[in-house]
Amino acid sequence: MHSHNTPSGRRSVLNWLLGLWGGGVCGAVLYPVARYLAPPEIPEAATQSVMAGSAESLAPNSARAVAFGSRPAIVIRTAAGDLRAFSATCTHLDCTVQYRPDLQRLWCACHNGQYDLNGRNVAGPPPRPLEAFDVNVKDDQIALSRRSG
Amino acid sequence: MRGVRAWLDERLAFSDVIDALRHKTVPHHRYSVWYYFGGMTLFLFGIQVGTGALLLLYYRPSAAEAYESVQFIVTRVPFGWLVRSIHAWSANLMVACAVAHLFSVLFLHAYRRPRELTWFSGVLLLLLTLAFGFTGYLLPWNEVSFFATRVGTDIAAAVPLMGRGIVRFMRGGDEVTGATLTRLFGFHVAVLPAIASGLVALHLLLVQRHGMSVPPSIERQAVHDPAAVRAMPFIPHFLLRDLFAWTIVLAVLAALSTFYPWELGTKADPFAPAPAGIRPEWYFLWAFESLKHVPPTIAGINGELIAVAVMGAGALAALLLPLLAGHTARARRAVVWVGAVALLFMALMTGLALSAAAP
Repeated sequence: MHSHNTPSGRRSVLNWLLGLWGGGVCGAVLYPVARYLAPPEIPEAATQSVMAGSAESLAPNSARAVAFGSRPAIVIRTAAGDLRAFSATCTHLDCTVQYRPDLQRLWCACHNGQYDLNGRNVAGPPPRPLEAFDVNVKDDQIALSRRSG
Repeated sequence: MRGVRAWLDERLAFSDVIDALRHKTVPHHRYSVWYYFGGMTLFLFGIQVGTGALLLLYYRPSAAEAYESVQFIVTRVPFGWLVRSIHAWSANLMVACAVAHLFSVLFLHAYRRPRELTWFSGVLLLLLTLAFGFTGYLLPWNEVSFFATRVGTDIAAAVPLMGRGIVRFMRGGDEVTGATLTRLFGFHVAVLPAIASGLVALHLLLVQRHGMSVPPSIERQAVHDPAAVRAMPFIPHFLLRDLFAWTIVLAVLAALSTFYPWELGTKADPFAPAPAGIRPEWYFLWAFESLKHVPPTIAGINGELIAVAVMGAGALAALLLPLLAGHTARARRAVVWVGAVALLFMALMTGLALSAAAP
């Protein structure tokens, strides 16, 4: 039987204390480093609407890239003349999509994903449709706004 | 001279090491040409450290200035185009040499006992080399590298629970911005080199400790025919051959850098669409092409998640190969087959990616 008064008992207590000290030092160093490495959340007011330039100058079967807050968006004038707008961030791996007049679809150059003119993912790897924005035109200026709900 | 040498030897005691190197021999047989790829990788690593240090003198790691500073290096700084071109080409050759080294070690079964730790450190060094490539790619802040980094970091989002945290850790925020640039710059020039230096030292120490591995087929042959393996003195025979290999690498590097200077491309615009024909560096092409063919969902599970899990399992299996592979001749044949299939798959996917045209 070991007791705390025998040399080996005292040694095990010291080893335990040494381990506690080592663990404490490692924790005191690693915890702040780990916290430092994770970037702080910066609250940003969600953009609800942006202006997207002149409606007249957007020819049928063409598109225009615009910034919607910190993310890219795209406004399309379809061959039939309708205006539509979507988030331009591909739902597959975060690339930015473009309008392909030859396909009359939205196309992502990164992995060949395709979306129709309603933003639905119709070919390639994208798992979800693109977020659609409401389009309003006033005095020839296109306004895009996030759909509520 | 002799006095200086004696003075230094008394303090550093290096004559033992030189003595050991003088008596060191390297096995010489019909596969020994593969022994040189490790040395070539090390030589290219040295070139990366040197040219990287030179680039640091002018490079500015911010979204507003990075592209312009690289443009300044290649257009205004004397020989700047050459230094940058060597850095970029040498990175590519280094990956190629490291991959050739890994597969030669695999096919010649040099990972066997007692060289397991040499293999582990080697696989980790290859992964570090790829991490160097990934983090360095964004630094010129051009269009292609911007989207490659968006895609490359977003792949981690498929990891359950921790995905978003990993993406934020790599990007320094939710998006690829100037914060990502400074973060990857820090990894590229400080964190990764520190880890790599330690691992290279360990790897070299282990190679010296255990010597070169003789493939089992040659070992068997040597039982009947002792001339199948001869001992070659390390100094000067092997060392001169090593230097010869390095000279060839240097010549290839100089030719590539001069006749095909590395392009800078156009500056990244976070709101512009990804340009047609976008693709990552050649050594990530196989993964990039594989991701194109994975359907959005497989049996109700996110396809991307399955692809990431398969690639992760593959990397883990490669790392743990010496523990997974048996000691029998049959097990060794299985390793060769698995290695060959993996190599063929990567070659096929790379070929597909290179030949893929826009729809």
